[in-house]
Amino acid sequence: MTRRFLRNLALAALLSAYAAVSAAATPAFKAGVFDPPRQAPDFALQGSNGQPLRLSQYRGKVVLLAFGYSHCLSVCPITLHTIAQTLRQMGTAAAGVQVVYVTVDPQRDTAAQLKAFVGSFDPRIIGGTGTEQQLAQVRKDYGVTATRIPDGNSYMYDHSSSIYLIDRVGRIRALMPYGHTPDDFTNDLRILQGE
Amino acid sequence: MRTRTWVLIVVAATLMVALTLGAMTPLHSASREHIFVIPKGTWARRMAGEKVAILPDHIHLTLGLRDILVLKNQDEVPQIFGPTLMMPGQSFRLPFDRPAQYQFACTAHASGQMTIVVEAYPSTPVARISWRARALARAL
Repeated sequence: MTRRFLRNLALAALLSAYAAVSAAATPAFKAGVFDPPRQAPDFALQGSNGQPLRLSQYRGKVVLLAFGYSHCLSVCPITLHTIAQTLRQMGTAAAGVQVVYVTVDPQRDTAAQLKAFVGSFDPRIIGGTGTEQQLAQVRKDYGVTATRIPDGNSYMYDHSSSIYLIDRVGRIRALMPYGHTPDDFTNDLRILQGE
Repeated sequence: MRTRTWVLIVVAATLMVALTLGAMTPLHSASREHIFVIPKGTWARRMAGEKVAILPDHIHLTLGLRDILVLKNQDEVPQIFGPTLMMPGQSFRLPFDRPAQYQFACTAHASGQMTIVVEAYPSTPVARISWRARALARAL
């Protein structure tokens, strides 16, 4: 009787330990996660490299999709700096990641302007531009807001600052709010790359 | 001693006990998720001119207690909900691990913005009393 009790106790302890280790080993996203994930809407824009840019051409890679504009003085430089640090931090694994930065300001962000802007952070980042209508459609598809605000003789944009994480089969898996660190991005990109 | 004095002593003692319990009793939460749901029919109600508020302007979270925001769209149409576009039947689970104020553009709000205030875990007795007082004030 005592032996059976001890055996059951040991079994329960083993199962508890296994459950605890499994829970600890399950990687947790730092970003917000969608359930169920939906297919990321494709788009056809002009790339900052002078080539056509389609999201679907990056199937097989994990994509970070960000929205902003090159004249942004606050959010975008910090976002792109964080992403550039993430790519450096990931080393060779960054080859499996593509960063796509879509402008909300087609009037000023030509392909050349975007190339110079994103390239100043990391040349692996690709910018996307297009007509006002094309970009408005992309924003609508992703629920991105961009409001033009007069600023003296110029203007600025109040725009969404979160970044979409799209997995290798083209599904929107997560959304990283503004303010996260390169460690957080690296954590989530590694989870998606490991799938 | 007069009755009035006794009443004051009882009130003071009760207050002391409440403060001590508030300070010393550890905080716990049954779930770390703070869930908001867009119910079925919300879009139709809005189209009919009804003002439907789902998300408050400010959402308060506390690390270690309730630090995961969960948004669920149970309506039949896509919704911009907090920081994201959500399809019908989709949920969005956003964990927080740093105390800060997070601003999100949100078309569901008249201000166009939603603020999530994430507080540090109240680990000292004074912080626990303060946290409980604020939680009570918000609940009232």
